[in-house]
Amino acid sequence: MNHIERKLAAAPKNYTYILFITLIVTGLFVWSATAVNVNGIEVSGLAIAKSIVSGIFTPDLELLLSFNTQGVAYLLVETIAIAFLGTLIGSILAIPLAFLSASNIVPKPIAFVTRLFLIFIRTVPALVYGLMFIRVTGPGPFAGVLTIGLTSIGMLAKLYVDAIENLDTSILESLTSIGCTTFEKIRYGIIPQLISMFLSIMIYRFDINLRDASVLGLVGAGGIGAPLIFAMNAYRWNEVGSILVGLIILILIVEFVSNKLRSKLING
Amino acid sequence: MYDRIFPPKKLVLPNGKVVLEKKSRTPMVMLLILFGIVLSIELTGFDLMQLLKRWKEFFVIVDQMIPPKWSHFEQIWEPLMDTIKMSLLGSLLGALAAVPVAYFASSNIVKNKAINGTARVLLSLLRTLPSLVSALIATFVFGLGTFAGTVAIFLFTLSYVGKLLYEQIENVSMESFEAMESLGLTKMQAFQQAIIPEVLPNYLSTALFCFEGNVRYAAILGYVGAGGIGILLNEGLGWRDYASVGMILFVLAITVFLIETVSEYFRKKLI
Repeated sequence: MNHIERKLAAAPKNYTYILFITLIVTGLFVWSATAVNVNGIEVSGLAIAKSIVSGIFTPDLELLLSFNTQGVAYLLVETIAIAFLGTLIGSILAIPLAFLSASNIVPKPIAFVTRLFLIFIRTVPALVYGLMFIRVTGPGPFAGVLTIGLTSIGMLAKLYVDAIENLDTSILESLTSIGCTTFEKIRYGIIPQLISMFLSIMIYRFDINLRDASVLGLVGAGGIGAPLIFAMNAYRWNEVGSILVGLIILILIVEFVSNKLRSKLING
Repeated sequence: MYDRIFPPKKLVLPNGKVVLEKKSRTPMVMLLILFGIVLSIELTGFDLMQLLKRWKEFFVIVDQMIPPKWSHFEQIWEPLMDTIKMSLLGSLLGALAAVPVAYFASSNIVKNKAINGTARVLLSLLRTLPSLVSALIATFVFGLGTFAGTVAIFLFTLSYVGKLLYEQIENVSMESFEAMESLGLTKMQAFQQAIIPEVLPNYLSTALFCFEGNVRYAAILGYVGAGGIGILLNEGLGWRDYASVGMILFVLAITVFLIETVSEYFRKKLI
């Protein structure tokens, strides 16, 4: 037995552990597979899939490019506007909540309560908020803006907190040692550290909000979701195709731009 | 371009060296953002007065949700389990399917630009569609029910885990892989022995994280008829039976919290 073989034999053998994990995962798999009923599949499904694909490749160009209130271009701009304003509202509201839940700034109990509150805001699905805001504003994009604003708070605050807890406090100490006032410490010690992180987080969330805004139309809160579901229920596949094409292109562009901006913000 | 319109300020240092101080870009960015805000307010009909006047309406529904209708629990149990099963199955299969796609997408393993490109375009195309939209399409293709929801979750997980996995594979140091190839192992064997052990903890943690999010998404997929607790949610909202909706949301919050806690524990252990 040479050196290498001895090393191999000495390697830890955790077969029982691996077997145990595999058994659990297989068990979960079988358990979860019981929920799926394939009875609902009909032959017409294949035909519909075909028409959707052909709709994407032969979109209704007139609808896609026209800029009246029914056109895809207008609806996409409206969706962007909803996401933009909603992100802005959410990111402003999230700042005080983030400071209140940062354990290096406020006492532990306050931070814990704020965190629970944030978790609760996060679990309620956006569609439910949408319906609640429609009562306030009536159906339309305004309800969408408020919904996006409220649903963004949870994640934004959570990411803000990470940035706040990673603050480099030695800078503050050195500012104190050269005699800066509290205001100057905040202006020159804290804001420059946080602003690029916060901006990058906001842009990231805008990316997500754009997707959320595009489905809020399902409950009548503006954006491109409502025309999509109407077109699908009416089996107008060319229209569906043009909406999907518009949405995909928009999201790809926004993702590309936001990735560029964020890497510039973080790496300078 | 910007520097030519607003020429940078010239500063002469005491030692005679000339330094250019570029004009700050902040005013331009501020102006752009302000323009965006005004345009968005115009487009969305944002009205602060209306909000201030009618914000109480928001709590009308909240008020009716409390107290939740506790007896509704029996009807909730099965759809809730369906939701969890849907997201579990979708996440499991999606995470498994992500491995081969990520293999073909990583340029340090498969040295073929065309294959890399195709796999990446596939991943980003799948990622662009919001899962509610893909669930909507799936209900048309596969019929109403949990299968459509599972498909939507499968596609989302595939794209999300696939993207992160191929980025991790590309960042692995290639020395051990090359050493194994030079020993005469095939590419597949070397991948299995050198790359997989390195990316496995991260991959499992990503998959768990994705599963957490999927439970939350799966809860609303029923809204478009894709099975799970969303169907009850839709019914409750449609009939304005807000006490039942409150109960559903309460149960959902507890479930999500439990799953997040368990999965966070395992994710911390993995990394």
